[in-house]
Amino acid sequence: MESQRTYFGRALMELGRRNPSVVVVGADTTESLKSIEFGKAFPDRFFQLGIAEPNMISVAAGLAAAGKIPFATTYSVFGSAHTYNIIRQNVAYTNLNVKVFCSHAGLTVGPDGATHQINEDLGLMRGIPRMTVLVPADGPETGKCVAAAAAMKGPVYCRFSRTNVPTITSMEDEFVIGKARVLRDGSDIALIGCGLMVARCLEAAEALKRAGIKARVINLSTVKPLDVATIDRAARETGGIVTAEEHTVVHGIGGAIATAIAANHPVPMAYIGVQDVFGESGEADELLHKYGLTTENIVDAAHGVMKRRARSE
Amino acid sequence: MSPPSQARDGAGQATVDVSEELIATLKKKAVTLRKHIIRMTHNAQSGHPGGSMSAADIVTALYFHVLRVDPKNPTWPDRDRFVLSKGHACPVWYAALAERGFFPVDELLTFRKLNSRLQGHPELGTTPGVENAAGAEGQGLSFSVGLALAARMDHKPWRVYCILGDGEQDVGQTWEAAMASSKYGLDNLTAFIDRNGIQQEGRTEDIMPLEPLAEKWEAFNWHVLTIDGHDFRQILAAIEEAHRTRGRPTAVISRTVKGKGVSFMENKIKYHGAATSDEELKLALAELEAQEASIWP
Repeated sequence: MESQRTYFGRALMELGRRNPSVVVVGADTTESLKSIEFGKAFPDRFFQLGIAEPNMISVAAGLAAAGKIPFATTYSVFGSAHTYNIIRQNVAYTNLNVKVFCSHAGLTVGPDGATHQINEDLGLMRGIPRMTVLVPADGPETGKCVAAAAAMKGPVYCRFSRTNVPTITSMEDEFVIGKARVLRDGSDIALIGCGLMVARCLEAAEALKRAGIKARVINLSTVKPLDVATIDRAARETGGIVTAEEHTVVHGIGGAIATAIAANHPVPMAYIGVQDVFGESGEADELLHKYGLTTENIVDAAHGVMKRRARSE
Repeated sequence: MSPPSQARDGAGQATVDVSEELIATLKKKAVTLRKHIIRMTHNAQSGHPGGSMSAADIVTALYFHVLRVDPKNPTWPDRDRFVLSKGHACPVWYAALAERGFFPVDELLTFRKLNSRLQGHPELGTTPGVENAAGAEGQGLSFSVGLALAARMDHKPWRVYCILGDGEQDVGQTWEAAMASSKYGLDNLTAFIDRNGIQQEGRTEDIMPLEPLAEKWEAFNWHVLTIDGHDFRQILAAIEEAHRTRGRPTAVISRTVKGKGVSFMENKIKYHGAATSDEELKLALAELEAQEASIWP
């Protein structure tokens, strides 16, 4: 189990060393985000703006308009919902090179409770034209998101977890924005997850294997632009999809994938995610269990999809 | 009457030694901009003439005397930056940019029409010379802070001028930006507050009282001046004083008249967001032409 924030802080430092245009703005959460390390190393390129996230996003936009590559760093609830119209008007409509990187996404924020557990940010951000939306599955991928976001031109939103997550990718794995990666091949059903649910999809695939079911596992680390080709191929080659996300099913990756395949090759689907409710205080694993985001939930959903498919055949 | 700003009344009313000719040139240009504003909003039958006309003299002083910009190279990296936070006043910005040669004056009448480069509120990257997107209020000063920080980081002499509406003083983000500006001592940033006293639904002091406004900005550690926003000598003096001020950003509370320049539009809430009728267009243009003719030398 590793901290995505540690990888984030380290990647930001490395990027800062390589690229003097990179600047960081923070909102009284920089120690938590580990972006403070960048601030210590490059104090002239680090701006602590206090609990004022709308200002932080617009300041980042102004820095970007003058040629800088600003990383705006805070918790997901503040960096998406609280700043939604600022990102919309000052970052996306302007098509500026602002990178909004947020930790503390989803239920696994834990004891802080529902006020801090945003399960709606992916839907908010993927709905904005020009936004690139990233959800790294683990520590190494979080680091790669930093480098890849800086290397592309345009606005990026990236969310990751407060809680430590299992490491399922390696530093050597290729990471390309817009490309979903098949982590495990299989032809009976496809499990498509993002963030910390990818590790659970891998565990579910292992459990399904014991029942003789070959599940394909896809890491959807880019939520937007959606890798329609890889998703479409999975639909055609497996005939059923389970999506898994630490996010509401109202407008998360399940909906995005359903929309995409419905236009090409619709197959039975099931959606593992938060069911249009707010979270509550509790430990990360307790919450994932209570709200139906476990390996077992994915396995059950896979069986359900396969049964529905068998009935319709 | 614009609302009083009691404490600092007159504090910024030093004048600069500028020629009568310069003042006359600026006055004429401001009338030209006001004529464009009236024609553009009339042609669109929508838009915001009142707050465009109140800001016209400040915009004229900046674009025709102060700003180092290059119409042939609108994205010249070392240009001064002009940020219009009160985006609904974009007719005055478009008029100034066209008159300054950023795009053809003829294009002004495409304002608010389909396929136009002159959107109803400013769009970055579409209109040559436009530096920010605005419409949702209260974001422009924060954006200006980012620009000013970048100039300082790169040791560049270019400056940032931001015009805010007084209605925008209602927006919390304006004050977030005010705090950040003084935290970083951004003396390369000057904010003009177009204090015309009227917002969409009424007088600012009825909608959400702002006074004492100068004291608010002072309390946020800004250098604060209060001027007559229609007096070019006072506008230019304020800019000079802002340039001389070290270690603090300067706020210029500019007392203005909404709809300034056309008698029947002045101080009328209606013309915040309403265009003139055909008959009013003729009357307004006749008044502005008479003013133009009376400017000497």
